[in-house]
Amino acid sequence: MKNIVINMKDIVTRFGDNLVHDRVSLTINEAEIYGLLGGSGSGKSSLLKEMIMLLRPQSGSIQVLGKDVLNISLIEAEELKQKWGVLFQSGALFSSLTVAENIGIALKEHTDLTKDFIDVIVRAKINMVGLPRYAAKLYPAELSGGMVKRASLARALAMDPKILFLDEPTSGLDPVGAEEFDQLILGLRDLLGFTVVMVTHDLDSIWNIVDRFCVLGDHKIVAQGTLDEVIKINHPVIEGFFKGARGSIRGRM
Amino acid sequence: MRNNANKSVVIVEKEDNTSLLRCNGAWTLKNITEITSVLQSIFQTTDKKSNINFDISAVDEFDSAGIILLLHTVKIFKVNSNNVNISGVSNSQEKMLAMFRGEEESADTSITKRYFFLNILKTVGKNTVSVLRDIVQFIAFLGESIASLGHYILHPSSIRFKAIIKNIEEAGVRALPIVAVTSFLIGVVIAYQSAVQLEKFGANLFIVDMIAISVTRELAPLITAIVVAGRSGSSYTAQIGVMKITEEIDAMKTMSFDPFRFLVLPRIIALMIAMPLMIFFADIFGICGGMFIAEIKLNLSYAEFINRLQNVLETKHLWVGIIKAPFFAFLIATVGCFRGFQVSYSTESIGRYTTISVVNAIFLVIACDAVFSVFLTELGI
Ligand SMILES: Nc1ncnc2c1ncn2[C@@H]1O[C@H](COP(=O)(O)OP(=O)(O)OP(=O)(O)O)[C@@H](O)[C@H]1O
Ligand SMILES: [Mg+2]
Repeated sequence: MKNIVINMKDIVTRFGDNLVHDRVSLTINEAEIYGLLGGSGSGKSSLLKEMIMLLRPQSGSIQVLGKDVLNISLIEAEELKQKWGVLFQSGALFSSLTVAENIGIALKEHTDLTKDFIDVIVRAKINMVGLPRYAAKLYPAELSGGMVKRASLARALAMDPKILFLDEPTSGLDPVGAEEFDQLILGLRDLLGFTVVMVTHDLDSIWNIVDRFCVLGDHKIVAQGTLDEVIKINHPVIEGFFKGARGSIRGRM
Repeated sequence: MRNNANKSVVIVEKEDNTSLLRCNGAWTLKNITEITSVLQSIFQTTDKKSNINFDISAVDEFDSAGIILLLHTVKIFKVNSNNVNISGVSNSQEKMLAMFRGEEESADTSITKRYFFLNILKTVGKNTVSVLRDIVQFIAFLGESIASLGHYILHPSSIRFKAIIKNIEEAGVRALPIVAVTSFLIGVVIAYQSAVQLEKFGANLFIVDMIAISVTRELAPLITAIVVAGRSGSSYTAQIGVMKITEEIDAMKTMSFDPFRFLVLPRIIALMIAMPLMIFFADIFGICGGMFIAEIKLNLSYAEFINRLQNVLETKHLWVGIIKAPFFAFLIATVGCFRGFQVSYSTESIGRYTTISVVNAIFLVIACDAVFSVFLTELGI
């Protein structure tokens, strides 16, 4: 059996009267690309935020890399946070730092590497995500949308994380750019062997790079598994997703 | 202990002109510092122009930092004209090496020398140019504001009365409490200091002249201007700066809403209307502060004080103070808006430009006041 990296059990999330998750459970294996799917407002981002300790569910248990994140000491939490990288939907690059400083800041704060070697790593990461070298000196406001995504990916990967969390990584990119970004993530996963958890609306991503995924609907997980497994399940949410016009076009291709 | 640690990472086997470096353990970010120091000591003890052979078959774990370090070390050895080889590379390691090798080789290694003296000159030059550029831009900004003011006057229907009224409330009416308190306290301070001196000469009554003239001509206008610069000047910069970052200004431009007419002029006009009134208000409270202390310290009754006040406080003194108000208001509002438009995309720059805007505004107000002082005195007013 594969190693389980993230294990969520019976998660209940409520904002006031708004019940978002009603006893949701899921497991994510090592080195797989796992997708979180569902309609707008179905609670994908909330679920992701619960995994990375930005949000606390009302009840349930969450294990990340073998640590119970709901009952974790401060020191363990600090250690754990260095083992994952997060790419936020809008990039969330620090606007007052250059791209190079954005990528290097975690290395500077959390390791005792020399400045010169940090520069070497930063340069390698900029190249790794396919940014041109001159991008290092630019500020986030001077980047295009696709470059922002790549720069934040480089920042998320700066510390060689074991898990990479992505919130809608390809939203706002054109189809070609989205495809390239998907392939980049796939290639890096194969190369570096980290686990990827991504929230996505992009059917292409699910088709091309996601190994397993779950579909959220009616406050629950309506299906979980590989594409072949999920597509067989008869549920209105899944039919809406894969049998609507946009989904079936891809089926025909 | 230290030796053991070394051994676990790299084992050196020397043979004639060839060193075999057997790499072990986990070459990951966690151990990088340790590995680096080990490699450094190896580097110092190997001869130039020798053969170096890295054997990485025994490495349990590589992450990208480890690979980058390996390639970086190879490069450093090569600079020393060593002959370097990497052997025992697995398939996946080969892929990682290939990924990062391209970058390492193409990266420029030229070392830029730092000249201390030239750097000073460079900084001075850069700052001078940026100050000059600031001044030119500010003059352009003034020109544009005045031009759109002309547009307002030619097309009175385009005046944004609602925005002006809102700004008068925000910058004027809401500032009244703080203006009242500060000017009252200034009146108290002046009265207190002069009471002690005047008492020595038995010239108690002259405290009225002293307070009336100093408050109305200089203190009330200055204090009001400083309060307004700190309160409204800074908020103008921050408001416009945020609108710039969120691209609201660009949106306005595309919808052909001239930012000058919609944002800048209402603020300037509002402040120019509000400020004279605020100064008059400050005059009253400043004099009240003085009257209060005169009664306590010098036993000068309120009635006597007011009686004397009517004799000595000519209207021209009040006018001298109030006539400056539109100028101060114009400076504060234009500097505030100007700096707001200079904010560029980062959240940090809002803070920086807000500070600059307040400092500039207060400086300009005091400079303007000095000009008025000289000018009016020469005219004998
Ligand atoms: N901080 C919050 N306070 C109150 N309600 C919230 C909060 N965050 C999320 N919600 C609610 O939780 C629900 C799920 O939100 P979430 O952001 O997880 O949806 P999502 O699946 O990511 O949607 P989208 O695809 O549009 O990003 C929504 O109904 C939202 O209104
Ligand atoms: Mg979301």
